[in-house]
Amino acid sequence: MKTIDLSSASVRDFNQALHDQARQLDEREWLVSNSGGKHNLAVGVNQALDIVIQGHAGYYCAGMNQQANITVHGNVGVGVAENMMSGSVRIKGSASQAAGATAHGGLLVIEGDAGARCGISMKGVDIVVGGSIGHMSCFMGQAGRLVVCGDAGDALGDSLYETRIYVKGTVKSLGSDCIEKEMRAEHLEELAELLDQAGFAADPASFKRYGSARQLYNFKVDNASAY
Amino acid sequence: MCGIVGLYLKNPALESQLGKLFEPMLLAMTDRGPDSAGFAIYGDEVRAGWIKLTLQSASSDYDWKALMGELEGCLGCSLDWLQNASAAVLKTNAGEAAVRAALLELAPGVRVMSVGQSIEILKGMGLPQDIAQRFSLAKMQGSHIIGHTRMATESAVTMEGSHPFSTGMDLCLVHNGSLSNHFRLRQELRRHGIEFETDNDTEVAAGYLTWRLRQGDSLKAALDHALEDLDGFFTFAIGTRDGFAVIRDPIACKPAILAETDDYVAMASEYQALASLPGIDNARVWEPEPATMYIWERQSA
Repeated sequence: MKTIDLSSASVRDFNQALHDQARQLDEREWLVSNSGGKHNLAVGVNQALDIVIQGHAGYYCAGMNQQANITVHGNVGVGVAENMMSGSVRIKGSASQAAGATAHGGLLVIEGDAGARCGISMKGVDIVVGGSIGHMSCFMGQAGRLVVCGDAGDALGDSLYETRIYVKGTVKSLGSDCIEKEMRAEHLEELAELLDQAGFAADPASFKRYGSARQLYNFKVDNASAY
Repeated sequence: MCGIVGLYLKNPALESQLGKLFEPMLLAMTDRGPDSAGFAIYGDEVRAGWIKLTLQSASSDYDWKALMGELEGCLGCSLDWLQNASAAVLKTNAGEAAVRAALLELAPGVRVMSVGQSIEILKGMGLPQDIAQRFSLAKMQGSHIIGHTRMATESAVTMEGSHPFSTGMDLCLVHNGSLSNHFRLRQELRRHGIEFETDNDTEVAAGYLTWRLRQGDSLKAALDHALEDLDGFFTFAIGTRDGFAVIRDPIACKPAILAETDDYVAMASEYQALASLPGIDNARVWEPEPATMYIWERQSA
C-alpha cells in the first residue's frame, strides 16, 4: 500500500501518480492522509485501484472515476463523483451539492446526507444515500437509479427522463413531470440489490418509487402561446 | 466567487487567541478571493454612553494625531484613539451624528468603516495575507469575527468595494454571490434616505438591511424581507454585537459550511478554511439549508 500525506505532497502530484497507474499498474492500494478538505482529490482515475481518503475532501472528489473503488472517511464538497463512468465511490460522511452530477455509471454511496441537486442530470450511475437529499435532486435525470433512505427536499426529479427514484422517507415536493409510480416486483428486486450493494439494511417494501410522467418529452403545440 | 469565514467563540478562554485562530481561515480562502479582503472583529467594548468608530484613510502615513486633536476641540468631548496601519479606532462619548459631521468638515477624505460599541471593520485591496499582516490580525482579541476575501464581479476593486460593509451600529455584512436587482434597489433606497458610496451590489444589500432595521425590523425579520426583495445569488454572514448569522438564498448555489464544538461555531465557504481549527475532527460539521437563518448570539450583558 502506498501512503500519500497531503500536508506535504501536492494534489497535482498525487493525481498524476494515480493516472500513471493506468499505463502501468504497480500499486493497487492507496491511502491518503491529511486531506484537509482539498479539492480535486483522486480525479480522473482510470484503473482498478483501491483508494482510501482519511478525512474530509473538497470539491469534485473522485470526479470522472473509471474502475477505481474510492472511499472517503469524512465529508465531501460539491460534485463528488461527478461524471463517474464506472467503479465505486463511498462517502462515510455527508456530501455537498451536485453529488454524482452527470455520472454515467458505477455506484456512488453516501452514508450521511447529500445536499441540493444530488444526481443532477445523472446518466446511468446508481446513487444510494443513507440519509436525506436536498432540493432539486435528480433534475433532468436521464438514466440510472437514485435510492434515498431518508427524506427528499423540494422539486424532486424535476424534468425527469428515465431515472428511477426510490425514497423511503417523505418527499417535500415533486418537480415538474415527476410522479409517484407503482412499486412492482421487479422494482423491489432491483432496490433490494442496490441496498445490498450499498450495505444498508432498509426494507425495500418501505420505499416509494418515483419516475417520469413523460409529459415533457415532446413539445405540445397547445403550449405555443406560453413562449 | 469570493470567500466568507466567520468564527464565534463560545468559550471565553479562547478570546485572547481569536485573531490567531481566524487568520489561517481567512488565508485559506485566498483562492476564492485574491483581490481584496477584510474582517469585522468584535471585542474591546466601550462603556455605556461611548461609541467606537473605525476610520480609514487612503494614505498609510495620514496624520491621525493632528486630526484627533482637531476633533477633540471641535466636539468638546473626551476621546481616545489608536492607529492601526491605514486605519484608526476612535472612542468617544460624543454622538455618532456629531462625529460624522465633524469628520466631514475636518477630514473629508477619511472614511467611516464602522460605528458601534464593539465592532471594528478593517479592510483593503490586496491578498488576504497582505491585509492580515497590515492590521496585525493574528494579535487581535475578541469574542467573534467575520471576514471576506473578494473576487470582484459586479464593481471595481477598491477599498470601498471590499467587505465587510457596515449596516448600522455594531452590524456588518459579508457576501458571496451577486445581486441582479441592485441598481433598481439602490434608487429606491436612496429615496428612503440611505446613502451609497460605490456601485457595489453588496453595499446595496447592506443598505437594504440598514433601512429595514431602521423601520423597526428585528434582524430575522430584516433577513426574511431580504429573501423576498433581493434578486440574485447569495450566502450572507451578518455580524452583530453579540454574535453572527448566516443565510443562503433559496437556490443555494453559493457554498457554506458550518462547524460547531463546545468551544466555537465557525462558518466558511469551504471546509478547507475550517481545517486549521482545534478539535475540528470531532466537530459537528454541516451544510446550512437554503433560505434558512442560522444565528448564534451570546446573552447581552
